[in-house]
Amino acid sequence: MFLQDAPEGGVQYWELLVSGLGWTLAVSACAWVIALLLGSAIGTLRTTHRAWVTRVGNAWVELFRNIPLLVQMFLWYFVAPEFVPALKSWVIAADPAHAQFLSAVLCLGLFTSARIAEQVRAGIQSLPQGQRLAGMALGLREPQVYRYVLLPMAFRIIIPPLTSETMNLIKNSSIALTIGLAELTFRAREIGEYTFHFFEAFSAATLIYVAIAMAANRVMALVERRTAVPGYIAHGAK
Amino acid sequence: MAASVDVRNLEHSYGVQRVVRGLSFTLDQGAIGCLLGPSGCGKTTVLRCLAGFEPVQGGSIALAGREVSAPGRIVPPEARRIGMVFQDYALFPHLCVAANVGFAFGRRPSPDQHRRVAEMLSLVGLEGAARTYPHELSGGQQQRVALARALAPEPDLLLLDEPFSNLDVDLRERLSLEVRSIIKATGTTAILVTHDQHEAFAIADEIGIMHEGRIEQWDSPYDLYHQPTTRFIADFVGQGVFLRGIVAGPARVVTELGDLDTGAPLLAADGYAVDVLVRPDDIVHDDAAPWQAEVVAKAFRGADFLYTLVLPSGSRVLSLVPSHHNHALGEKIGIRLAIDHVVAFPAAS
Repeated sequence: MFLQDAPEGGVQYWELLVSGLGWTLAVSACAWVIALLLGSAIGTLRTTHRAWVTRVGNAWVELFRNIPLLVQMFLWYFVAPEFVPALKSWVIAADPAHAQFLSAVLCLGLFTSARIAEQVRAGIQSLPQGQRLAGMALGLREPQVYRYVLLPMAFRIIIPPLTSETMNLIKNSSIALTIGLAELTFRAREIGEYTFHFFEAFSAATLIYVAIAMAANRVMALVERRTAVPGYIAHGAK
Repeated sequence: MAASVDVRNLEHSYGVQRVVRGLSFTLDQGAIGCLLGPSGCGKTTVLRCLAGFEPVQGGSIALAGREVSAPGRIVPPEARRIGMVFQDYALFPHLCVAANVGFAFGRRPSPDQHRRVAEMLSLVGLEGAARTYPHELSGGQQQRVALARALAPEPDLLLLDEPFSNLDVDLRERLSLEVRSIIKATGTTAILVTHDQHEAFAIADEIGIMHEGRIEQWDSPYDLYHQPTTRFIADFVGQGVFLRGIVAGPARVVTELGDLDTGAPLLAADGYAVDVLVRPDDIVHDDAAPWQAEVVAKAFRGADFLYTLVLPSGSRVLSLVPSHHNHALGEKIGIRLAIDHVVAFPAAS
């Protein structure tokens, strides 16, 4: 069935799945980079002792955590351009796929950044108070204490929850079909509608999602083993 | 010579609670001082003020002649040239021992600094452990790494916060002597905070006993034990009990266990009731002595017994007796006083 020609574009159905997979990977990868960078920065700021910085961080986390992901997707795609004229004219002129891609990346990246920020904060706060003081007593200023003392350990500690977050992000990218991005779930549904073989189409999509998620999991496990501190966490993930 | 550490009328509060109340002391270059006191007396807060982790609300702190803390003015910890050993050591778990010790030198230490790290590791007896990680070491070894790390940048002042509390008792005694010799070998001025007087006695040249946010007495360990200036200190340092006595002459006190010559004139009139401090080693077991006391409790401590004795009047005293004198509970034994330094306070009502 996957080797049959699709009704449009002169491609076979399996090629539609591959193109969907490409979008899924692209959205996930870009969103992951944004989420990790922003999440780390905001999570770190929330552990400093400056009241207004902490408040901005908290507001960020609550904002993106408390609105349903689907709603956020619509807000980024349909509502945000209304407030930014330059963005609106670009959305109208550009290839719709580009606008959908940008919205999906922003939506997933910011949503996940709030969750990663929580984990980074928890990771830093799980370290004994003495670590920060020891860094200061040895002549480090606050940013250096974070860079050389706190974050290296905090990130090692939060690798397991970061792994789940990465896998969640990949699976959440399927929400982008609601704004028309032709990613994997979108293509599976399309194939089902053309051929009425929904079972096969979604089985294929499911297997592909499982494969990506497991690959992400293996990569994170490798990172965890590579960065394991001798004697500290007895066994890294197997 | 200017004092290396000069603390004057230090005040610190957490909210409305005044934790440090007008505390002062000075410490000379190269000396090891100790703040000793029960938990909650404010000693750790003083250490945190010295390190620059806490602002001060009154008084001042000067290190090596430079004022570093005063109300509204605080030199940050990283600019104080201090080294600190924490209660839980606070080694950096993701760095090997050599990187921990060389931490203050940054990520690319110069050859000189490399040499310094090697020197410090050999000073603390961990030459072979440079490439191991903190969590692969025993508690005692971790503590020595912490000490080497704090001393490596040649700080003006070394601060130690209950450094032995995580170690078992045997190790504690041995390590405290070792730590003293390491600090002395580098000539660093140091301040230790602890609630354990054995530790304080083993390490410090001078000890300040803290009570309710103040230093009640600042003295050598020997003088603290033998010449406590207040009742609190007499009680807190070492073991001992108070025995009621009556002043009978310019330098004479009459007690149930005989007359005592106080050596120096007492500032009390005849007939005035006083409490005389009696340490366990001040009471000697002597079968020929005219005084008898009943054994009501005994603790075997290897080389000696610590007997709790009841005098005919009902007063209790402690006595340290060589362990070949094994007496049963309820037995009456002969004792006499052998006090070198008589310490007496006005009788408590």
